[in-house]
Amino acid sequence: MSGALIRASDLSVRHAGADQPVLSHIDLRIDPAEIVTVVGPNGSGKSTLVRALLGQVKLASGRVERLAGLRIGYVPQRVHIERAMPMTVRRFLSLPLRVSDAQAAAVLERTGVPGLEGRQIAALSGGQFQRVLLARALLNHPQLLVLDEPTQGLDQPGIIAFYKLIEEVRAETGAAVLMVSHDLLVVMRASDRVICLNGHICCEGTPQVVSAAPAYRALFGAESQGTLALYRHHHDHDHDHVADHVHGPDCAHHHHA
Amino acid sequence: MLDDFMTRALLAGLGLVLATGPLGSFVVWRRMAYFGDSTSHAAILGVALSFAFAMPFYLGTGLVAVAMALAVAWLTGRGQGMDTVLGVIAHSALAVGLLAASFIPALRVNLDAFLFGDILAVSKGDLGWIWGGAVVVLGVLIWRWQRLVTASVNEELALASGIDPGVERLILSLTVAITVAIAIRIVGALLISAMLIVPAAAARAIAKTPEQMAGSATLIGALSVMGGLWASLRLDTPAGPSIVAISAVFYVVFLTLYRK
Repeated sequence: MSGALIRASDLSVRHAGADQPVLSHIDLRIDPAEIVTVVGPNGSGKSTLVRALLGQVKLASGRVERLAGLRIGYVPQRVHIERAMPMTVRRFLSLPLRVSDAQAAAVLERTGVPGLEGRQIAALSGGQFQRVLLARALLNHPQLLVLDEPTQGLDQPGIIAFYKLIEEVRAETGAAVLMVSHDLLVVMRASDRVICLNGHICCEGTPQVVSAAPAYRALFGAESQGTLALYRHHHDHDHDHVADHVHGPDCAHHHHA
Repeated sequence: MLDDFMTRALLAGLGLVLATGPLGSFVVWRRMAYFGDSTSHAAILGVALSFAFAMPFYLGTGLVAVAMALAVAWLTGRGQGMDTVLGVIAHSALAVGLLAASFIPALRVNLDAFLFGDILAVSKGDLGWIWGGAVVVLGVLIWRWQRLVTASVNEELALASGIDPGVERLILSLTVAITVAIAIRIVGALLISAMLIVPAAAARAIAKTPEQMAGSATLIGALSVMGGLWASLRLDTPAGPSIVAISAVFYVVFLTLYRK
């Protein structure tokens, strides 16, 4: 493993009844304290990849090795809490393991929402709720934080603030972060490494490298121009070329019906 | 003391709400209302089978309810829609149960008691079954409380904490099945799910945590039992429906007073 927290080799996942695998032949590793972001269109298998790395789905091939005793803090996609269930923030932090008031206060403080203990989860704003979910994920002092679309439903300032928080948490705790995201522009700035996924890994590397990669531009089209502009000074390229770029056939959008 | 029919009725009702308060909260949180309803309708088949094979009807209804819970879990696990599976199994079981009942003279006379309950006719033997079942249900819920609540909050979060949401779901289905078996004598097959849902729904308005809701639901259930029995004694109303009607009053009052 040579220090990697998680390492996947030749990982493939197939959903029951589907003719095409959701993920095929993925190789990837996550090292301590790095922020890795997975981007990709809808249906590209981002969430499946996360769940495969966490060991929640059956693999069709390949293997996932996790560091022995790896502590993971996980924030799943679109957590919805039934309004029928009364739930204070304090009580929520004690699920499933009970934590002390001091621990609860500390993680809420850390994620920028101190003093929310007595509030009902259902009464929180989207941004507050995401921070509470992050606080809960920090309770077991994770070596790896896994965040699946953590900024869904947040406005632009909210998104930027949330990624800033993630960087702070990483700097403070040394936890590695694996994120799945749609917010190309912002997320690229906050990442050490970006993995561009569409059933397989189309391209990966530093944000600069990925944003200039033909496969990435083919996958995200116009939206990629924004991230490209961010890094323009690193590259000497021609915009008119984007449409003509030759790339692997399976890097184009293919939607799972 | 147990020789007084009113004391026995009261003890039976209080035993039942020990199980229905916390369990009903899960039924509300997880939208299992239709499951509760279906299981209690299917229990009529259990009543008929118990008469046919001369076994204690708690055993017969319990077995049928548990079999139904397992069948539903198995079929939904194979991709069938929950609503459809419940509708097919529960109503088929009810229909077959009513058919069977028509061939059993003793049951034909008594069928009303099982559809609408007969808490005032509870015997000492019934009390044993009811309290035994309620203590088992409550014990299981307390034992697995943190896991059950986590799985009810969010299955993905539960999974990431090493909890198998499927196991917790099955446990709740089985405890509902046991509760149906012990409740049928008290409020009848038609009103069992009301005992699960109405007190818990009323408690929702005043509770801030899952534990407060489970506790308040139990208390509201207990007050409803006492009120219903009092009404039955004083006003000569049928006991089962009176209990449920009083819980409904709690629901309306709390919803009005504590509307957020």
